[in-house]
Amino acid sequence: MIGQAILSLVIWVPILAGVLVLATGSDRNAGVARWLALAGALLGFAVAIPLVTGFDTGTPAMQFVEKRDWIPAFNVFYHLGVDGISMPLVLLNSFVTVLVVIAGWQVIQDKVAQYMAAFLIMSGLINGAFAALDGILFYVFFEGMLIPLYLIVGVWGGPNRVYAAFKFFLYTLLGSLLMLVSFLYLYFQSGGSFDIQTWHATPLGMTAQTLMFLAFLLAFGVKVPMWPVHTWLPDAHVEAPTGGSVVLAAITLKVGAYGFLRFILPIVPDAAHELAWLVITLSLIAVAYIGLVALVQADMKKLIAYSSIAHMGFVTLGFFMFSPLGVEGGLVQMVSHGFVSAALFLCIGVMYDRLHSRQIKDYGGLVNRMPVFAAFFMLFAMANAGLPATSGFVGEFMVIMAAVKVNFWFAFVAATTLIFGAAYTLWMYKRVVFGSVTNPHVETMQDINAREIVLLGVLAVCVLAMGLYPKPFTDVMHVSVVELLAHVAQSKLP
Amino acid sequence: MSDFLNQFAPALPEIFVLAMVSLILVTDAALGEGRRYVAYALSLVTLAGAAFLTLRDFSGMPELALGGLFIDDPLSDALKLFLYLTVAVGLVYSRDYLQARGLYKGEFFVLALFALLGMMVMVSASHFLTLYLGLELLSLSLYAMVALQRDSSVATEAAMKYFVLGALASGMLLYGMSMIYGVTGSLALADMSHALADGTDLRIPLVFGIVFIVAGLAFKLGAVPFHMWVPDVYHGAPTAVTLFIGSAPKIAAFVFVVRILGQGLESQVAEWRDMLVILAVLSMALGNIAAIAQSNLKRMLAYSTISHMGFMLLGILAGSQSGYGSAMFYVLVYALMSLGGFGMILLLSRAGFEADQLDDFKGLNRRSPWLAFLMLLLMFSMAGIPPTVGFYAKLAVLQAVVEIGYVWLAVAAVLFSLIGAFYYLRIVKLMYFDAPHDTSPIAASPDVRVIMSANGLAVLALGILPQPLMAVCMHAIGSSF
Repeated sequence: MIGQAILSLVIWVPILAGVLVLATGSDRNAGVARWLALAGALLGFAVAIPLVTGFDTGTPAMQFVEKRDWIPAFNVFYHLGVDGISMPLVLLNSFVTVLVVIAGWQVIQDKVAQYMAAFLIMSGLINGAFAALDGILFYVFFEGMLIPLYLIVGVWGGPNRVYAAFKFFLYTLLGSLLMLVSFLYLYFQSGGSFDIQTWHATPLGMTAQTLMFLAFLLAFGVKVPMWPVHTWLPDAHVEAPTGGSVVLAAITLKVGAYGFLRFILPIVPDAAHELAWLVITLSLIAVAYIGLVALVQADMKKLIAYSSIAHMGFVTLGFFMFSPLGVEGGLVQMVSHGFVSAALFLCIGVMYDRLHSRQIKDYGGLVNRMPVFAAFFMLFAMANAGLPATSGFVGEFMVIMAAVKVNFWFAFVAATTLIFGAAYTLWMYKRVVFGSVTNPHVETMQDINAREIVLLGVLAVCVLAMGLYPKPFTDVMHVSVVELLAHVAQSKLP
Repeated sequence: MSDFLNQFAPALPEIFVLAMVSLILVTDAALGEGRRYVAYALSLVTLAGAAFLTLRDFSGMPELALGGLFIDDPLSDALKLFLYLTVAVGLVYSRDYLQARGLYKGEFFVLALFALLGMMVMVSASHFLTLYLGLELLSLSLYAMVALQRDSSVATEAAMKYFVLGALASGMLLYGMSMIYGVTGSLALADMSHALADGTDLRIPLVFGIVFIVAGLAFKLGAVPFHMWVPDVYHGAPTAVTLFIGSAPKIAAFVFVVRILGQGLESQVAEWRDMLVILAVLSMALGNIAAIAQSNLKRMLAYSTISHMGFMLLGILAGSQSGYGSAMFYVLVYALMSLGGFGMILLLSRAGFEADQLDDFKGLNRRSPWLAFLMLLLMFSMAGIPPTVGFYAKLAVLQAVVEIGYVWLAVAAVLFSLIGAFYYLRIVKLMYFDAPHDTSPIAASPDVRVIMSANGLAVLALGILPQPLMAVCMHAIGSSF
């Protein structure tokens, strides 16, 4: 029984844990809320582990499938399943949730139960989005996650949080509403089905494909986010609490990129080929131009936010190379970016908790006071810059290799990231960590405590493991990616 | 003799309600000020009794009665049950508010139940005469209810506007009906439908008649450009009355439109569809944009109502069973959300303080996390964000629109709902992101809190499992058309 419902558990355990945490009520019970949240997050991660152990890497078919009637009036099913593309993302999300709960342990002192509950519920919803095989079910999870994230940014965020929360919500809603209309159109084209795999096989004319491509591109492009609809991300990041930034960067952006593989490429393949130039151009602009934008940021969180946009540009670039190397490179980059950006935001959180500033100029000479922290920060900065032996290198390298095969100049522009990425990350690192102490407050900063060491240590292991031996990751996704590309290569024009 | 009595049997709930209203009128006058709770309790008993009678006689097939004036079909039975529920919840929400303002009078209950009776007649009407009779019974009761607070000049002004514009709309409706009668020679919806099915030479009077009828219906629904009364009436009326006007009568208005357009004039769908498209687009546009500028919550919800009616029209204009079913789903969900929204204003109000400014919701999460959460659910539901039921309401009508090939209309609708999301989000922002400026404790009776909790959670529960309500709507429409 349990064996058949792993995905349901992965979705509902965090959500129910969140409801339980919410029930602890006011901040008098903050301690209970924290431990309950940690238990819920750990349990949520534990139930996701059978996804790895029981996963068959030899088949592109959906695994751990569950299908039940949900809304027969609409022909909507509670239909779940994962393949090699979505399984690593579910796992990443369940893992990051644990980190987020630990990261907010001491920092959040106000409305603790609501904070923890919002993250747990969001974690369940995101898992749902990755696992849903029914369009409406996907949409419910995809949109539903906006509610907790809106509250997280707006309630626990920084000074300009209201603006950021509204911008984030309305931007993402715009894209997803147009996607909803596309879903309804697909429903009638496919003869009354909301099943995503049925949609994969539904023939569509070129005009319909082009329009739907644009609607999907807006929906997922805003989430990724792609240039020029990226402007909500720096605002949301800067104002979000540390945990919010981690989830935003590590997980929610991946939902957008995941949408490219699950919806855009297989449902509208002809339009995707036809308009690949558009996505490639936008991706390259993100990689090169946003890299330069990151260079001039004075706020560390903003800098990492822009760096996220540049890295996600790599992901979309890889997808539209239409080769296994490119798509897998993009997927590896997604997971890697999940670790690295989470780690960097946690590092900034560590500094912010001590000095209450995110401005680079307020720091300097940190290594004198926080040597252990400086070492961790160094590793993650290098990973962000794409240093070989870290996870950041693998994905970028694969995407660049794939790009060379398609067009040398794509690869050339993409490779500038190796320079810009190193420039903005390491320059920031230099200004923050090295040099002499100019701000007297830095003198009083304490090095990281055991909780923070565990947090950063776990991520460091992940970053190095993936950098040194990425094969298990690519093995998991390989068969699914090859199948996807074979499907995308076939025209769906009637 | 028994044959004579039998023909009244389908109208038993209506007869029961009428008898009970008369009883309440007399007993309340006799018992006087101190024992008003008798009228309150009797009203609830009336609703329960009517629900019992309707359920006992829940029909599987449409059944005409009273010489074709009255129809008893699954649609009318289902909608009547929702009407009883809506009115009952409204009465519970209103009690404390009315008591604190000296409006807790027998007249309120009598008028509310007469309005209900009017709605029941509308719901079961199969003839222009009964439709009009029910509508006027409803409208006249509502005019009086708006003016119930005699010393308030705003309320009196609102009642005056409502009355004048309502009378104008009734006039238009009658004019349209007379033209249709001229074309078809009948006032009964079924005969009318037969007469028109074979086509008619009298195109011009027919189209004129449809125009006048649609205009009259749009007035009653509050669709743009016939919406001017809505914000003023919602704002000016005592909140308890606003709650009443904003919930059950919308259900009656829905059935009114569907009976006339969908049953009587179904063959003329090509004529009225384009009119409804214009009404729907304008309503969604103006309702959502004007709502942004409001600082008074009642006014904001009034504009939001206008946009919701636009959305409901999307379902009706599809002119198909699934379209009517989706519109019915929409209007029931809207009534649920509207009850919750206005109920929350009532709940936060107290003697001498109307919690109807947006700023009164500031920091509600600090004052009462539970109420703030319920309001959050209601607001996200109105905005159509899953996993609340408002999403499925929007989904259903959009699906009906896409089905008839009006994809552009669906795109326009979602863009307007994006604009609408802004002002619902603003309420959530006020409750969760801002600090309260009013920290007095919330004094609400336990029964009101329980009902409010059920109301808010229903929005979420139906959002997670929308199938039961959806099935009721599809069944009711499917077996009545």
